[in-house]
Amino acid sequence: MDYGHSDRPAGATPLPTAIKILVAGGFGVGKTTMVGAVSETRPLRTEEVLTESGVGIDDLSGVEEKTTTTVAMDFGRITISDDLVLYLFGTPGQDRFWFVWDELALGAIGAVVLADTRRLADCFPSIDYFEGRGTPFVVAVNCFEGSRQYRLDEVQAALNLDPGVPVLLCDARQRESSKEVLVTLMEHAMKTREARRRAAGAN
Amino acid sequence: MTVQGESADHQWVDDHAGPVVRPYAMTRGRARPVTGTFDLISLVTATRADVAPEVGIGPEHLAIVGLCQRIQSVAEIAAHLDLPVGTIRVLLGDLAARSLVQVREPQTTAGLPDNSIFEAVINGLRAL
Repeated sequence: MDYGHSDRPAGATPLPTAIKILVAGGFGVGKTTMVGAVSETRPLRTEEVLTESGVGIDDLSGVEEKTTTTVAMDFGRITISDDLVLYLFGTPGQDRFWFVWDELALGAIGAVVLADTRRLADCFPSIDYFEGRGTPFVVAVNCFEGSRQYRLDEVQAALNLDPGVPVLLCDARQRESSKEVLVTLMEHAMKTREARRRAAGAN
Repeated sequence: MTVQGESADHQWVDDHAGPVVRPYAMTRGRARPVTGTFDLISLVTATRADVAPEVGIGPEHLAIVGLCQRIQSVAEIAAHLDLPVGTIRVLLGDLAARSLVQVREPQTTAGLPDNSIFEAVINGLRAL
């Protein structure tokens, strides 16, 4: 970390626009690997503590015990330009932390759902979540060594996806492959947004 | 320092021992910032190179000002200072109330005027 800008004059500095993309999927599917493959630094980890007041807000009715839970999120940064910064957040793998997802998903430009064909059902909750929220997403099948290769249309059928949702193969360890996933997501998110604007204009 | 006669397996040292000061104490028991909402990707920059210690400004506040000589997101501040995001939000609220930091909340997708941000991100990713 350097503090090289300490001579910067005080006052209004134009701050860049920040946008975020989520990387979701089951436990151990390679979310942090993908974040690390494209980020300019190794993934950082941030923690959110669910406190007693958080329990009330998130309405976990039926939860009798007052507990404090720590949820860790790994994230990375890609500086696109002086006025645009992209953040990638790996969502917590545990289903019971939906409330963190809500905060994460708020304002997210789109999501990558990572899938492992050996445990395809692990990504169902993520797909349901983003479908329900209307967050544009793509499904990237992380090709683990030793897993049987399926055709993309087989995966699409198995996940019962809307035909418009892009499905692609990837290797989350590879920068180029992970970049391609993000580009596909951004193109899909742009198309989705245009379609929604047209639909809104037609009404 | 090692205590004689105690097995190393039973000692809690460094990170395992937990923080010396609990995050709750750093915020003096406050769970919400005095001002601002501070999204994880809200960008923060210090408005001054240096801040003189004063009542209500602790070492963690000063650490944030030091870190934010370069633009940082709320999530990055939390990660670098190894503190929960909720704690960082409260500390940032104190700094924002004193105009010691400048904050830019992120834009929502719906609020984007056109496709230029999408196109910039796509081109930027391809150029990586």
